[in-house]
Amino acid sequence: METGTWKVKTGLAQMLKGGVIMDVVNVEHAKIAEEAGACAVMALERVPADIRAAGGVARMADPTIIEAIMKAVSIPVMAKCRIGHFVEAQALEALGVDYIDESEVLTPADENHHIWKHDFKVPFVCGCRNLGEALRRIGEGAAMIRTKGEAGTGNVVEAVRHMRAVMDGIRELAQTPEEELMAKAKEMGAPFEIVLEIHKVGKLPVVNFAAGGVATPADAALMMQLGADGVFVGSGIFKSSNPAARAQAIVKATTHYQDPKVIAEVSKNLGEAMPGKDIRELKPEELLASRGW
Amino acid sequence: MKIGVLASQGAFREHIEKLRQLGVEAMPVRMPEELKGLDGLIIPGGESTSIGRLMRDYKLTQAIRNMVKKGMPVFGTCAGMILLARESTDASFESLGLMDITVRRNAFGRQRESFETELNVPVLGKKPFPGVFIRAPLIEQVDGNVEVLARLADGTIVAAREDKMLALAFHPELTDDLRFHQYFLRLLSEKE
Repeated sequence: METGTWKVKTGLAQMLKGGVIMDVVNVEHAKIAEEAGACAVMALERVPADIRAAGGVARMADPTIIEAIMKAVSIPVMAKCRIGHFVEAQALEALGVDYIDESEVLTPADENHHIWKHDFKVPFVCGCRNLGEALRRIGEGAAMIRTKGEAGTGNVVEAVRHMRAVMDGIRELAQTPEEELMAKAKEMGAPFEIVLEIHKVGKLPVVNFAAGGVATPADAALMMQLGADGVFVGSGIFKSSNPAARAQAIVKATTHYQDPKVIAEVSKNLGEAMPGKDIRELKPEELLASRGW
Repeated sequence: MKIGVLASQGAFREHIEKLRQLGVEAMPVRMPEELKGLDGLIIPGGESTSIGRLMRDYKLTQAIRNMVKKGMPVFGTCAGMILLARESTDASFESLGLMDITVRRNAFGRQRESFETELNVPVLGKKPFPGVFIRAPLIEQVDGNVEVLARLADGTIVAAREDKMLALAFHPELTDDLRFHQYFLRLLSEKE
């Protein structure tokens, strides 16, 4: 028996496909998420909207919260560590979380290097804004990718931008003649072997979720139609007026993303969505997506 | 021949690809109407709580139960096996309850305990089958006409068949080995 293999790391992400991963900050939230049909939860001390409001340095959550959530639900539990903070990651692995999100939502601990994720038995998910960034993270050992979007804004525009950039990048590589792939890899700053693989098979070697600004069932279905394998919803659920109803509706919209009748039906009577932010009103230093490279 | 793959949530695309590699028409199923005219159904891996709730909310649970009781062959992997089982030790959702097996969810632990191992599966021949176990369940007990198809080295039951129902605790859809899908297709053509 062999544990921590690439197959079981990427395999868990494959099992999450077509599903919704929800940010939760306590046991009560986690149970609402599981009851609504979430395929996993992200255990946090604060949702991104509150991290944004609080300012200062955002770090890994208190393990007490993570453990309480792990005990409360039977679905996979993810937790976030800071970019480059491999000791937070080691601690999360020791706790037994099912996936680690090396996340730009927390304050980076290293501005030059992300975690060398191959050293861990627990799989990692990382954010990206384009294909080159996705492939750098996969090269370091990320077994799942998500768009960065702009977390805690309730505004899907950045997630759309990032998903389109990734999908355009894949389509472009598939069309690029083999002899031009090395130059492409150089230009993208991406590992050549993965560039070559994408050229051959026309898709990413790992699962790719949408994240960062999803607030409504239609947002979730939009990301799915743009090519996401599934959806993370951070502040969008528990910063809305009726979290249980919204959570269920987003789960249904993610499954039935190609069925406009279902999207229309589940969008009814959900109450207020989370308050949104226009990205253009944020100062450059307030943008989370530009953390990491 | 047309096989449906339940597409509420999980790794349904991988099963569809395997079936297409075997030259079989395969289609995703998200609504009860899509079950019409199917010769068999695969319930994939994913999160059993999530799949179970979506099945219930879109009235698939009873529709699938009726068709399987009328003889439609069904094949469940991991979460699919949990949904097929008559009993699950910690399930908080309504399963299909079709197979005479008792299963335990997340039986090996959390993700860091997920593993790969080679399985001896006599009905598939001598060559071992690559077993990919991800937060996998196990079969605690089999009753009635259930035939055990594979065990781990310590005796744990991880694959079983009852009539035209097939249940695996692991993920053949994540490997290049098509033998379990071929075995399922043979169940379809077997006479009563």
